Amino acid sequence: MTDIIIAGIGQTDVGEHWDIGLRELAFTAIEAALQDAGGLKPQAMYVGNMLAPNLSHQSHLGALLADFAGLTGIEAATLEAAGASGGAALRQGYLAVKSGLVDVALVVGVEKMTDQVGAGVEEALATAADSDFESVQGLTPSAQAALLMQRYMFEYNVPANGFAGFALTAHANGAGNPHAMFRKAIKPETYQKAEPITPPLNMFDAAPNADGAAALVLTRRDLLPADWPASRPLVKVAASANASDTLALHDRKDPLFFEAVYLATRRAIKQAGITLDQIDFLEYHDAFSIYAALSLESGGFAIRGAGWKMAAEGRISLTSNLPCVTMGGLKARGFAGGATGVYQAVEATTQLRGLAGACQVKDARVGMIQSLGGPASTAVVHILTRL
Amino acid sequence: MTTPTSSPSLLKPSRPVGFIGYGAYVPRYRLPAREVARVWTGGRVAGLPVKEKAVPGFDEDVITMSIEAAKNALARAGISPTELRAVWIGSESHPYAVKPSSTVVAEAIGASANIQAGDWEFACKAGTEAIVAAMGFVGSKMADYALVIGMDTAQGKPGDALEYTAAAGGAAYIIGPAENALVIINASYSYVTDTPDFWRREYQKYPEHGVRFTGEPAYFHHITTSAKTLMETLGVTAKDYKWAVFHQPNTKFPQRAAQMLGFTPEQIAPGLLVPVIGNTYSGSSILGLTAILDIAQPGDRILLASFGSGAGSDAFDLTVTDRITERQGKALKTQDYIARRTEIDYAIYARMRGIITMK
Repeated sequence: MTDIIIAGIGQTDVGEHWDIGLRELAFTAIEAALQDAGGLKPQAMYVGNMLAPNLSHQSHLGALLADFAGLTGIEAATLEAAGASGGAALRQGYLAVKSGLVDVALVVGVEKMTDQVGAGVEEALATAADSDFESVQGLTPSAQAALLMQRYMFEYNVPANGFAGFALTAHANGAGNPHAMFRKAIKPETYQKAEPITPPLNMFDAAPNADGAAALVLTRRDLLPADWPASRPLVKVAASANASDTLALHDRKDPLFFEAVYLATRRAIKQAGITLDQIDFLEYHDAFSIYAALSLESGGFAIRGAGWKMAAEGRISLTSNLPCVTMGGLKARGFAGGATGVYQAVEATTQLRGLAGACQVKDARVGMIQSLGGPASTAVVHILTRL
Repeated sequence: MTTPTSSPSLLKPSRPVGFIGYGAYVPRYRLPAREVARVWTGGRVAGLPVKEKAVPGFDEDVITMSIEAAKNALARAGISPTELRAVWIGSESHPYAVKPSSTVVAEAIGASANIQAGDWEFACKAGTEAIVAAMGFVGSKMADYALVIGMDTAQGKPGDALEYTAAAGGAAYIIGPAENALVIINASYSYVTDTPDFWRREYQKYPEHGVRFTGEPAYFHHITTSAKTLMETLGVTAKDYKWAVFHQPNTKFPQRAAQMLGFTPEQIAPGLLVPVIGNTYSGSSILGLTAILDIAQPGDRILLASFGSGAGSDAFDLTVTDRITERQGKALKTQDYIARRTEIDYAIYARMRGIITMK
């Protein structure tokens, strides 16, 4: 089986880019990825984005970005799976190259969430939930997470501030990521005094909305440029899986279990031919701290009700057995919507190449990234390994 | 717009001018921020932007308030209102969209008909550009005395973050030749860009704003640029001033602007009124200045930098003269207005501000 290699990566800083438009933001990442890929020319571009039609009045990003990147004529389309759009776009690129029908695929995730303010943004984000039965009743993504967190804390007797470990870890790691939105570690007191958003969620239990773009270039190993340096570590996509669950929370068999994360994780480790304990680091989708806890449990990394303890006891830190959110995660890197899944892949590649600097996981060879849409109504899981 | 690479020249008139009189006005009613929180956030009092804000009474508006501030300024100036040759009022809450507040005020204070009059608008700094214009009007010897007022009865959208701070109040200044002045205006500098941080279309009742965008790209960028340019061109730093006063939309912004420019908390303390009266919009920085002038000593050097959304900042370098001591007490001081306080609750506030739909 031919290896699918991530030949090039690129990303912008994550932040409030009020002075940079959607297409310019995407192009910055695209240009960097193409350069990093050493001159490979893509035949296809897959875009991960969830809110541009709403917040930027711009759909049809495939054609727009291919054109703006000087790649007019190539195949291009957008993949949308709410917060998992980036993961879905990555999977599409992988499928295209793996099938042999596309030699080089460019995957770009881009999102601009901060050009609008107030209710309009909440409304746009709520399109990820069930419009007819959830959003129309006023259920927002934060409220969904708050309901789950409240139930979880009740079922498992989680003490107040029990979820602090997720934010503390994310911010500690974000401090070492030059592209992250927040680059300062926070103290436990900061979490404890944080303003409530939707109780029991406080400000540090939710990832901040942000703008950003990340891109990568996929190709087959035999298509790498002739002048590819032998010393440059090769990172391959060892597994790719996408699973869905009920869209509406009220249709879940068991709201405190992310079935889609379970299914996609199992499929992925089977494809990669590994066991969970062989994973050197995990980038879970911490849009909310409760989703981090549930992802750890549903993926099989923690027993039910004990996910929060992993974070509280420092067992997800860079020096632990399972480093998580190694470069800040959604919480400290910033939540750049549909670009997130691609940021995760770019960061995982950086880890596997040994270039993560202050965030480096020692001897990283196998990384798992999980991209979620809503409360894991979609879960896209990839495993990247260093050859 | 582009910022020229060379240092711009400062705005200085042909003959020296200054403030020959100043006067404040703040309405008596106060709505505590915790009252707004009680209604809208279930009483969340952590991180409120001010303690309370000033609210105009039933029969008060920019015209009535301007008349009282103008009378205070005339008392300190010691001139007859008939000597005024201009009456200019800046506000974002003029009672009429068409019909100037200034003509009503001019007649009410006894000015003659031989005046230039008009209303000014630039969001929260609508008073200070009229000061700059008056510097030119008087400084060019077109006339000896011009009355300039910045006054507002700001309307806060119910439930919006700005409802805690949108307040009423302002100040009046009479600009005249430096020989009679209490305060000499040494120089001014204005910095303006097209930055849409806060706006209200013609038939909108309440303004809209860009939330976080109103901070760094708007308020901080314009105030620090105007103040720094003024100070660098004059060859001075924060240490050369006794006092400083900035536009005050909330407590934190002017404190941070002061810190960024090298001013100490003590330098801005007497002029920092926003915690107890809220953001008086066009009155904000110039009302803060009146509180400083009430306690200023001859020779005190003062920096003032206003900010108006849309956006821009006017910076002024001021020096207090010997004449201040005998004229400070000739009218009510700003702290007198602040001490005159009647607390109201949100229900009375809603009735006073016309928020309750009657039909």
